[in-house]
Amino acid sequence: MLESLPQNSNLQDPDVQSALVQITTSARWRKDSLYVTLFLGPSLLLLSVFVFWPMIKTLYLSLFLTDNLGHASVFVGLSNYVNLFKDPAYLSSLGATLLYVIAVSVLTIVLGMLLAVAAQQHLQGIRFFRTIFSSTMGISVSVAAIFWLFAFNPSVGVFAQISQVLHLPEINWLADPHFALLAVIITTVWMNLGFTFLILFGALQQLPSSLFEAAKIAGVNKTTQFFKISLPLISPTLFFVLVVTLIDAFKSFGLIDLMTVGGPNNATNLLVYRVYQDAFLNGNYGLASTESVILTVIIAIITLLQFKLLGKRVNY
Amino acid sequence: MEMSRPNEPTINTTNIKSAKQLSQYALLLILTLLVLGPFLLGLWTSLMPTADISKGALWSKNISLDNYVTAIKTTPILRYLLNSLVISTVTMLFQVLLCSMSAYAFVFLKFKYRKQLFMLFLMTMMLPFEAEVIPNFSTVRSMGLLNHYAAMVIPFLTAAFGTFMLRQAFMQMPTELKEAADIEGLSHWQFYWHLALPYTKVTLMTLAAYSFLSSWNQYLWPMLTTFSDNFRPVQDGLRQLQGQESFNNWGMIQASAAIVVIPTLIILFVGQHYFKAGLNEGAVK
Repeated sequence: MLESLPQNSNLQDPDVQSALVQITTSARWRKDSLYVTLFLGPSLLLLSVFVFWPMIKTLYLSLFLTDNLGHASVFVGLSNYVNLFKDPAYLSSLGATLLYVIAVSVLTIVLGMLLAVAAQQHLQGIRFFRTIFSSTMGISVSVAAIFWLFAFNPSVGVFAQISQVLHLPEINWLADPHFALLAVIITTVWMNLGFTFLILFGALQQLPSSLFEAAKIAGVNKTTQFFKISLPLISPTLFFVLVVTLIDAFKSFGLIDLMTVGGPNNATNLLVYRVYQDAFLNGNYGLASTESVILTVIIAIITLLQFKLLGKRVNY
Repeated sequence: MEMSRPNEPTINTTNIKSAKQLSQYALLLILTLLVLGPFLLGLWTSLMPTADISKGALWSKNISLDNYVTAIKTTPILRYLLNSLVISTVTMLFQVLLCSMSAYAFVFLKFKYRKQLFMLFLMTMMLPFEAEVIPNFSTVRSMGLLNHYAAMVIPFLTAAFGTFMLRQAFMQMPTELKEAADIEGLSHWQFYWHLALPYTKVTLMTLAAYSFLSSWNQYLWPMLTTFSDNFRPVQDGLRQLQGQESFNNWGMIQASAAIVVIPTLIILFVGQHYFKAGLNEGAVK
C-alpha cells in the first residue's frame, strides 16, 4: 500500500499520514483485541485485586466500626474521621510525621547536594569518592538500623563515647522523647544520601561546561555560579528528588519498627506505624482504615502536584 | 630571560593549586567519613569479640571472623538470604515482563478507552501500598497464601511505575520501525519480543534493578505475612535476630548485618561499572 503512493516525500505530508492512519486503524481494531487481552490483561487483573479493590475496601471500612476479624459491623459515617481529628494522640502523630518529613527532605537534599558538588571536582581518584558517596544506596533498612542502633547505644555507642570524652551531658538517644525522632531522622537521611547524591550528581554533570567557562571569563565566582547557574538549571531534578523523598518519608515504617517501636511516649509514632498498631496490634480495623485514607490523600496530593508541575514532560 | 619569565608564575600557581587540592581532598575525606562512618564502625565491630565491644572498647587483641562463623552456624541468616533472593528474583522477572507487555499495549495497540485506562494506571502510582495493607492482608489470607513465598510475590508482579517508564521508552522508538514491521507482516508478539524489548534494553535493565532492590528492601508486608524462618526474607530475619536472645551479642549482630549488606554492595559496584560506561557513551556523543 505504501509503495503505491506516487512519491515518498508525500509520506511526510500530515494529510496523507492521517488518511493512512484512518484506513489502517479500523482494520487493526478487531485484530488487536486479542493482543489487548494478552498484553494488558494480567497487569489489569493484578492491579484490580491488589490496588483498586483494596482502595475501595479501605474507603468503605473507614466508615464502619469493625469486629475482631476486620469485618464491617456498625456504620458510623464520618465519625471515625471526626474522632481522629479530635484525638490529641493522632494529632501529635501527624505533627511528628510532618516534622520528620520536612527535616528528612531538607537535610537529604542539602547534604546530597554538598556531596554532588564535592564530587564534581577534577581530582585524581575522584571516581573512588563518587562510588563511596553513592554506597548507602545498597544498604537496606534493617542493616542501616543495626549500624545506627549500635552508634546510638547509650553504653557502647560512639555518640555516648564522644560525649563522655568531651564531658557533655549524656543523651540516651532512643529512650529520650526529645531525641528519638532526631535519631530516626539522622538514620533516614543517611540512607537517602546515596540515591540523592547519584541523581543530583548526574544532573550537575549534564550541564554544558561552556556555560561555566563563560561565567569564569566574566569573573563570576564559584558560589554565584552555583546559585545563579547550576541550581536554577537543575531545578526539575531537585523537584523530582524532593517529591521522591517526601513520599518515601511519609511511608516510613521499617526504621521506626526496628529502632524505636513508635516510642518513647509515642514520640516516633508516625502515620504508617499508627496504621499498623491500630489494625494489627489493637484490632481496630475501621480506625486504621480511616488513617490509611488520610495517608493516601496526603500522598495523592503530592503526586498530583508533581504531575501538574512536570506538565508537558508527561505525555498522555 | 625569555625562559625564566613564564616559569615564575607557574611555580606560584602550582603551589596555590596543590594547597587548594589539599583542602579539596580534606573535604572529600571528611564527607567520606560521614558517609562511611556507621558502616565502617559496624564492619570493624563485627570482627571484635562481643566481650570487648560491651566494654565500649574500639580496639581488641582478638580480631577474627568468629562472629561470622557463629552467625552462619547458629542463625538461619543464610536461609533468610536465600528466601530474599528467590522472592526478589521472581518479582523482578515478572515485573519486567508484565510491565513491558502493558506498556506495549498502551503504545502499539489500538483499543477503546486506551487513554482512560492509562490514566487509571497512572492513578495507582498515587496509592501507597502501606495504606492498603489491611484489605490485602485479608485477600492473601483468604487465598491461603500466608507464610509462603507467594504472599510476598503475587501482589508485586506488576507495577504502574514500571509500565509508565517503559511506555515512555517505547514511545521513543522511531515510528518507521513499526511501519516497516507491519509491512513485513510481523505480529505484535514478534515485534514486541524481537524489536521492542531489545530496543529498550537500558530501560528494562533499570526497571529490573529498581524492582529487585525494592523487593529486597520490603519490610512491612513480609512482616505481616510470614511467621516462619523457612519463608522469612532477610530484612525481617535481621529483626528476628535482633529481638532474640542474641540481643546484646553485638559482634554477631554486626556480622549478620555485614553478611546481608556485602552482596548488595557488590551488585551495586559492579552495576556502577556499567552505569559509568553508559555515562561515558553519552559524553562521547
